[in-house]
Amino acid sequence: MALKHVNAVVVGAGAGGGIVAKELSEAGLSVVLLERGGWVSFETHGQDELLNQRTTVLGNAYGPDERHPRVHEESPGQWSIVPPNHWGYGNNAACVGSGTVSYGAMAWRFLEKDFRMRSTYGAPAGSTLEDWPVSYDDLEPFYEKAEWEIGVAGDMSANPFVAPRRRPYPMPAFAHAREGRLLDAAAKRLGFHPFPIPMLRNSVPYGGRNACIHNRACCGYACPNNAKNGTHNTVIPRALATGNCELRTHAIASEIVVDDRGVVRGVKYFDAKDRAHYQTADLVVLSGGAIESARLLLNSKSKLFPAGAGNRHDWVGRNLQDHAYSGAYGLFEDEIYDDVGPGATIAISDFNHGNAGHRGGGALCNEFIRPPYGFAGLRPPGAARWGKEHKDFQRQFFKRCGAVHGPVQEMPMFTARVQVDPVVRDHWGIPVVRLSGNRHPDDIETGRFLASKAEQWLKEAGAVRTWTALPGIMQRSGQHQAGTCRMGNDPTTSVTDKHGRVHDIDNLFVADGGLHVTNGGFNPALTIMALGYWVSHHIKAGWKGKPT
Amino acid sequence: MEPPLSSQNQPVSRRTALKLGLAGLAGIAVGGAVGAGSSAFIARLGRTAPPTYRFFSATEAALLIDICEQLIPGDDVPGATETGAIHYIDRQLCGVYARHQQTYRRGLEAFRLTCRQEYQRPFSELPAAEKFAALRALETGRAPQALWGQPTAQAFFNLVLAHTMQSFYGSPRHGGNRDYASYRMLGLDYPPMVGRNRHPET
Repeated sequence: MALKHVNAVVVGAGAGGGIVAKELSEAGLSVVLLERGGWVSFETHGQDELLNQRTTVLGNAYGPDERHPRVHEESPGQWSIVPPNHWGYGNNAACVGSGTVSYGAMAWRFLEKDFRMRSTYGAPAGSTLEDWPVSYDDLEPFYEKAEWEIGVAGDMSANPFVAPRRRPYPMPAFAHAREGRLLDAAAKRLGFHPFPIPMLRNSVPYGGRNACIHNRACCGYACPNNAKNGTHNTVIPRALATGNCELRTHAIASEIVVDDRGVVRGVKYFDAKDRAHYQTADLVVLSGGAIESARLLLNSKSKLFPAGAGNRHDWVGRNLQDHAYSGAYGLFEDEIYDDVGPGATIAISDFNHGNAGHRGGGALCNEFIRPPYGFAGLRPPGAARWGKEHKDFQRQFFKRCGAVHGPVQEMPMFTARVQVDPVVRDHWGIPVVRLSGNRHPDDIETGRFLASKAEQWLKEAGAVRTWTALPGIMQRSGQHQAGTCRMGNDPTTSVTDKHGRVHDIDNLFVADGGLHVTNGGFNPALTIMALGYWVSHHIKAGWKGKPT
Repeated sequence: MEPPLSSQNQPVSRRTALKLGLAGLAGIAVGGAVGAGSSAFIARLGRTAPPTYRFFSATEAALLIDICEQLIPGDDVPGATETGAIHYIDRQLCGVYARHQQTYRRGLEAFRLTCRQEYQRPFSELPAAEKFAALRALETGRAPQALWGQPTAQAFFNLVLAHTMQSFYGSPRHGGNRDYASYRMLGLDYPPMVGRNRHPET
């Protein structure tokens, strides 16, 4: 049976898609929101240390499951098929809200220079470093909307490096736990400028939801108290309340149908019982995350786009980025752990830019509480991994170990990419993602620099032994995946225009991290949300269709 | 994900017991309490079989238990054996870790042969220092090459180490960390209770 034609299909109910669904349905468009996963709740897996979205040794608590394999280039020329809980998979949760259900919920705005990386630094050899076609000022009102509609607790008054804002955060910042207080004093002694990490989490009751109860397990888990704000408990319910938006869960999009004139007609997908459907629409918005949106474009071949929708110039899937996390650990004589979750409270932005000899840098933050299993794999160089020595180390240092890390902004690489595999298919017969490529060598050097600052900070806070953790050369994407559907003014070197519209396909849009030209030195969730509002704003402004 | 228990563990299936209206009595029979007043039916039931493993043979299990105990030894706090590492691994091998079955089967056999060749005795009979040395040899790739193909000694060691750590520090619902031993060792309340692990200062 043919499905009723709608104004818009949004593919993916995550940070970007949830917002687009709400914005369009509130504007009166009829919307179908397709999500490959279902609704999830804390109760299913509780605070399981081995089965969540941060530690996935026994699987991904919130998906996807093993029906969604990928192919991963583990070393040059060596390809392997990997399940979704494998480190090389590049996973993001498959559920209503996607990563926003279980993220750590840091709520960063990128800085002005993050949108002008090439103008600021010049591109290093081998990198496709470029400026965004939009500026911080363009996105500022949309950052603000994300902060107020989803809900952010923060206070940037102590951070001199922050970009200007018109309106304060809607909730007061979180206080530091014991480790944060030590680091706060140490940063000030060093002349750094510490401030509380802005969080998409309620420091006070907000939006009809509870305040945070400071659970130990937060990053990687759904919130048992509904105090963490994602699209699943904010904009998606609002979209559904309009009566204009229908959410179809367990819907696996397989193809965007583009006709011979280059117009999108709709989306083919499979439902929970593997039945094929074709949903026609006036326009389609892809919000499946940088990896899956690129895959869907590449799998959508048509007469005018034989290499995939929007892929006339071979830019779809290119420039895959994440963050080259770098930092340091420190052992303390006194207990610095007080079991006040989620742990990460303090940041400095002193080293995001202006680092001599480096292009960009990253914020530095203390870490979310490591569960005992995570800590078991964490040792200074040369320490025993097992036996009595292991056990003694756990006992002595679980509550005496501090950590500071930062998301180093990566230099985009044309060769770090998403392709579709010529052979391997998923459960539904759809060609799977093939991930490959390296980071730029500069990322490692910038990481080394940032790690040295982290180490200095921990020592000042009283750490008696410190060691650094540096990124590897292989591109490893995950929740921070970005860059594969780059926005730009030149259709020959980008995938969408500055409003997220795919070049040469007027009714096809992207609204997720794939749009990011560069990925900032920060966790990207709030920027993806701001882009959701930005793209929606321009879809609505250009909308001349009739409601169906 | 888990396979059904083997039939020898269940002389009377739950469904049969229910049909006979004996669900409660079947439960008693598992305890082996067959009194003089019991029905003839219950008297016919065999004793419950001793615990068996889903994947491992008894010999394999004994060797693996011994290895795991060296990785996380018991002292004033329970170690791998007491907290159920073998049950965690055995369960996962018939579930999400099914792909590691051959690594365990071949690895345990290669390790058994390694001990015989290097020490002329089974691992269980080695003094503590030699047990440590034998495992260090695996960890550092100094095991006799001829006895190790797929998996390599190092790959086998790393897998067992990772799984033992998961068992000891993971949620007890997967078969290890009995009585939250590792959490008690670290002074962490567990499971954290919503509404009870609030902290007044924040």
